[in-house]
Amino acid sequence: MTSDTDTLVAEDPITGDEIELPADVEVGEIIDSPVTGTELEVISLDPVVLEEAPELEEDWGE
Amino acid sequence: MKVGILYSRIRKDEKLLLSELRDRGHDVEKIDVRKQRFGLDSTTAAVDDLDIVVDRCLSTSRSLYATRFLDSYGVPVINSPETGDVCADKARNSLALAEADVPTPATEVAFTKDAALDAIESFGYPCVLKPVTGSWGRLMAKIDSRNAAEAILEHKETLGHYEHKVFYVQEFVDKPGRDIRVLAVDGEPVAAMTRSSDHWLTNAAKGGETTPFDLDDRALELVERASDAVGGGLLGVDLMEVGVDADADPAEGGGADGYTVHEVNHTVEFKALDAATDVDVPARVVDWVETKATELAGGDTEEASV
Repeated sequence: MTSDTDTLVAEDPITGDEIELPADVEVGEIIDSPVTGTELEVISLDPVVLEEAPELEEDWGE
Repeated sequence: MKVGILYSRIRKDEKLLLSELRDRGHDVEKIDVRKQRFGLDSTTAAVDDLDIVVDRCLSTSRSLYATRFLDSYGVPVINSPETGDVCADKARNSLALAEADVPTPATEVAFTKDAALDAIESFGYPCVLKPVTGSWGRLMAKIDSRNAAEAILEHKETLGHYEHKVFYVQEFVDKPGRDIRVLAVDGEPVAAMTRSSDHWLTNAAKGGETTPFDLDDRALELVERASDAVGGGLLGVDLMEVGVDADADPAEGGGADGYTVHEVNHTVEFKALDAATDVDVPARVVDWVETKATELAGGDTEEASV
């Protein structure tokens, strides 16, 4: 869903609320849910689908 | 140029990189390693016509295996799996630096709780216990007493993963409340900053305050040698100042009479450096990616083009 040229709208997978995302969001990008603060991963852009992001794992880093 | 980006999570760093690549007209193939399979002579990942692949995997294990497989197919990949192997393991990292005569904190590895306790006692207190794999300052312990050492070693022994039974013990370097992060491409610095904190861990990921830092000749030399020691690439070289005069102003260098290189990172994050300095870090990184693509294709580096 597209609200205007600057933002996209998606459903928060945890609460079901509609949330806005920057228009330049990438598949694989992590955003913080403005509703719960939970990390959400962008799964697809057309349509915009979000899922709860994977938990931090021990070998993540630089 | 067609550039592959290996990833499993798009951080701000990857967004900066993707934006710079696209702005220059490069075709970008994002490769989510979680969705791919890697066979002995081919992969499901669309890598056949890529000029170069940039490893930006957040997960060290995925980074090491994915780059190793791509390299075996003859796909140009940066950083190389050899560099990854050295940098991903703190023990190998320390050995590589020591073998290249790059000053690095005194370190011992032990495989049992008793031997690790002996190592800790021989360093004295405080000293530092680190996981051999890990980042962002996680699971690092500054050990101030034998009681603390015994408790931490017992906890590590019961954590489960065999890597926690590889006890990496290191001298505590009394740095002047900051360390230095240098982003370098094949030993040439792109930008540098200090990371300051009242906490002994000064990582930006731990909330360390970042300030641009001018490298002196000695630091420049050590960055180049540290990069060479691990095989080169796009690297985060971390240094600490040593021999600091406690009465000197840290902002003026703290009176340090030298540096020690504590580690080199191979999937380096650069958003903090980009924000802390005037350097256009993603642009400099893409400059280097273009040069490497030409170099790895066997061309003249002067001819790198879109």
